[in-house]
Amino acid sequence: MAVLRTFLYLLVYPGLLFLFVYSTFCEWFDRKVYARLQNRMGPTHTGRFGLLQPIADFVKLLAKEDVVPDAADKGLFRVLPAVGLAVVATAGLLLPVWNFDLGVPGWTSFPGDIIVMLYLLSLPTLILFLAAWSSTNLFSTIGGARVLTMLFGYEVPLFLAVLSPAILAGSWRLAEIAAFYQQKPLLLLANLLGFIVALIAVQAKLERTPFDIPHAETEIVGGTFTEYSGKKLALFRLTFDIEMVVASGLLAAVFLGGFPGGAVVGFVHFVVKTLFVIFLLSLIRALTGRIRIDQVVSFAWKILAPLAVLQLLATILLKGFLS
Amino acid sequence: MNFQIPIGPQHPALKEPISLRMTVDGEVIVDADIRLGYNHRGLEKLAEEKTWLQNIYLTERICGICSHSHATCYVQGVEKLMELAPPRRGLYIRYLVSELERVHSHLLWLGVAGHEAGFDSFFMYTWRDREIVMDLLEMISGNRVHYAINTLGGVRRDIDEGQKAKILEGVATLRKRSEYYFHIGANEPSFVARIAGVGLLSKEDAIALCAVGPVARASGVARDVRKEDPCAVYDELDFELCTADSCDVLGRVVVRVKELLQSYNLIEQMVKGLPDGDIVVKAPRKAKPGEVVSRYEAPRGENIHYIKANGSDKPERLKVRAPTLGNYPATVLMLRKGFIADIPLIFAAIDPCICCAERTVTLVGARNGEESVVRMDDLRRQALARAKNAPVKGNAVWPF
Repeated sequence: MAVLRTFLYLLVYPGLLFLFVYSTFCEWFDRKVYARLQNRMGPTHTGRFGLLQPIADFVKLLAKEDVVPDAADKGLFRVLPAVGLAVVATAGLLLPVWNFDLGVPGWTSFPGDIIVMLYLLSLPTLILFLAAWSSTNLFSTIGGARVLTMLFGYEVPLFLAVLSPAILAGSWRLAEIAAFYQQKPLLLLANLLGFIVALIAVQAKLERTPFDIPHAETEIVGGTFTEYSGKKLALFRLTFDIEMVVASGLLAAVFLGGFPGGAVVGFVHFVVKTLFVIFLLSLIRALTGRIRIDQVVSFAWKILAPLAVLQLLATILLKGFLS
Repeated sequence: MNFQIPIGPQHPALKEPISLRMTVDGEVIVDADIRLGYNHRGLEKLAEEKTWLQNIYLTERICGICSHSHATCYVQGVEKLMELAPPRRGLYIRYLVSELERVHSHLLWLGVAGHEAGFDSFFMYTWRDREIVMDLLEMISGNRVHYAINTLGGVRRDIDEGQKAKILEGVATLRKRSEYYFHIGANEPSFVARIAGVGLLSKEDAIALCAVGPVARASGVARDVRKEDPCAVYDELDFELCTADSCDVLGRVVVRVKELLQSYNLIEQMVKGLPDGDIVVKAPRKAKPGEVVSRYEAPRGENIHYIKANGSDKPERLKVRAPTLGNYPATVLMLRKGFIADIPLIFAAIDPCICCAERTVTLVGARNGEESVVRMDDLRRQALARAKNAPVKGNAVWPF
């Protein structure tokens, strides 16, 4: 029975199947918000309100011809999309929505899981770089170099911003951090600056405007994904969708008070809060233009990182004041 | 490490085929090379086969965006050759369409600039509002792209009071929206960060390299055919010449938006002051021998048509200098020392209309890179010889 439960946990809920369905819903939501902000309709045709459009896109891509370039490192080129998907889906299991007991740490919720989560969310970036590099296309190579350059910009501010609420809560376990803020909701306001920094860094991590530099189509065609097609491209797109859900879930757990109230109410909390974060991400996407790679790095180190450090200092002072 | 990246002939940033070969060092462009000839259509040669009247509709098809510019430039020249004086009402309607076309072209360009900078919301909004002016053009001429309003000695369609009211109403809406876009384009931080200081072209270089249109005006060169050689109606109308002195892409955005606002003024003046009378006079079938150079300020810059007549009902020679061609030398200079990310913006900032500027085809060998220019019949002969010796190809097999 325990084995069956584990399998259900991994494959159905909250594993692959749920993540697939929910992330396509989030993609639909993002597309719809983006389109409405641009005075367009967005998806309308497939399913009610176009809800099935992302799934239709996914299925269509699966059926397309899948080309592996002759010059590519074929093994790496083939295996990377699956690895990327596995990594972000694993990160999804660590979200403190499902199946955790505050008193008893288990294998989905343990002290230090926030660090593991951040680590798992860093991996897709490296996978993207490897994917770009192994496909040997000129545009991909430039895209891959841009992926890594950007990583050095946003990663440190993201870590600093996400860890400062953890310091205030005095725990490295997501469930405990969330529980701490559920008891003292006013303290959430102390992390507002960190939330903004983390939101911008997540936007950069997901490579969305204004940080869609690695695959800026008017500059370097498909960038990282130039040589990817068919199933592999579908998996990469799904990876980004799931990463968006997981990253917004992480922000919701750390900055928005987590998901209290058991299975049903907690799930509603999860949906509302992740959609709120995704709404903010779509807003940024619609309201800005793409900036240049050197501007990203200087913006991240001159503005984001100092703000994150400021947040950290404020948190430490506040913690001393409270105790 | 230097390497070459091929922007084009097929590339998402380019709406028409052209090849920009960029030698880059990391993200910085070291050298740029522009190659033309992917879209040559032989229109100048074709014009020698057609009558004066037919050629209006041929020259209109030189460009899909500033179609009226080419037709008007040609018609101006032929009218001078035939010593025709079109009635004032006809001229007013002709240049009213010109200004509406400038509005549509500049709005289109603003959207493209937004898209090239990854600012898609800007693109969606400007193109939505471009529909207003497209509808006005369709109402006046019956067509959205090739208006075919010009004829020798005037225009083909009149406008009535109801249409006048609709034009004024549309222009009032557009003026309000354009002011807002001016505000966005000059203030949105992520957009301005991409265009300010990018693609610098000093005033001296702009003059030395014969830059035309908004590119020259953004470098502080006050040059506009409508002002310096006021043809037909422009000397009776009140408008300003828009320049900027920042010499970069931001300046080109500012110049174009200011021109939009000036065009709205011009349209209102022309609609309100539309004289009474005929719209067209009868034109002769043949033109006396002679030659003429006709200039016209197209949305992209100065458009020049050289027309030579030999006394028959067809031109002996028609030479078109589209404004894009005048801006290519300056573009190469602007691209140097820029970033890869700036290529689409700098190139788009000249508002390239690539097929207008195509004059010849150069053959480049795929294997050895040798270049040659050949005549059409030589090319045909080579193709036949090659097809004769080539082995018979099998039918394509569906990959299952």
